[in-house]
Amino acid sequence: MSVFNVFSIAGSALTAQSARLNAVASNLANADSVANSNGQPYRAKQVVFAATPVGSEGGQGVRVTQVVDSAAPLRLQYDPQSPLANEQGYVSMPNVNVVEEMVNMISASRAYQTNAEVMNTAKSLLLKTLAIGQ
Amino acid sequence: MISRLDNEFQFSQTALNLRAYRQELLASNIANADTPHFKARDIDFKSSLQTALGQSGNSAGPLELAQTSERHLQGEGGNRFGATVKYRNEYQSSVDGNTVNMDVERAAFAENAIHMEALLTFVRTQFKDLSAAVQP
Repeated sequence: MSVFNVFSIAGSALTAQSARLNAVASNLANADSVANSNGQPYRAKQVVFAATPVGSEGGQGVRVTQVVDSAAPLRLQYDPQSPLANEQGYVSMPNVNVVEEMVNMISASRAYQTNAEVMNTAKSLLLKTLAIGQ
Repeated sequence: MISRLDNEFQFSQTALNLRAYRQELLASNIANADTPHFKARDIDFKSSLQTALGQSGNSAGPLELAQTSERHLQGEGGNRFGATVKYRNEYQSSVDGNTVNMDVERAAFAENAIHMEALLTFVRTQFKDLSAAVQP
């Protein structure tokens, strides 16, 4: 039944977008975390999406294949008083780009809304189908 | 008698199946709006319906690969509804190779949903008419 597959497809997109929102929340929360448990500054996390087949008729859902650390260079901040400063007096700060994260957040929330709407439409169509013959 | 009933609903059934299938494809496009390298796909409803009803001008049906061995892969020519899935033309290319245009997809999704509701209403009316006809 194709319309039931719509639920799986939109559901996989909801899961993927919420994982992305999770990453954004983590990045924004740690935008100033100078040292984590390894003594290294926090690095921004990015989720990687990939299409994945759903059902047997060519429907494609989304799946988070991996969460990668951002390769952007660490932000250097001049703070000679800090115990973490290097010889030149610079402290390595996390490579979180706040503007990028906000854009990511808006994009994820819009995509989430759209897919929730897709689910609602599929639901109303299925309820209408159930009402055939009544 | 039963086969006549079957004929009565044949068209609606085929059309509904195709609408549901198109709904699935459009949902895939919307779900993958942020997936890199994803290519949006759709079917041409009119020609798919004609093929599915066997009214197509070319009697060959959907395009298929010739299989000379049972271990050959099946061609992606058509699915079980006989619909040929095609890639959508790109309006604005994006850097990550994704060709989903959200406005187009959402408009097509809404249009398809309304067409499906209309079809369902027709089917309900058909049922009502038939049950009125068999009232003693």
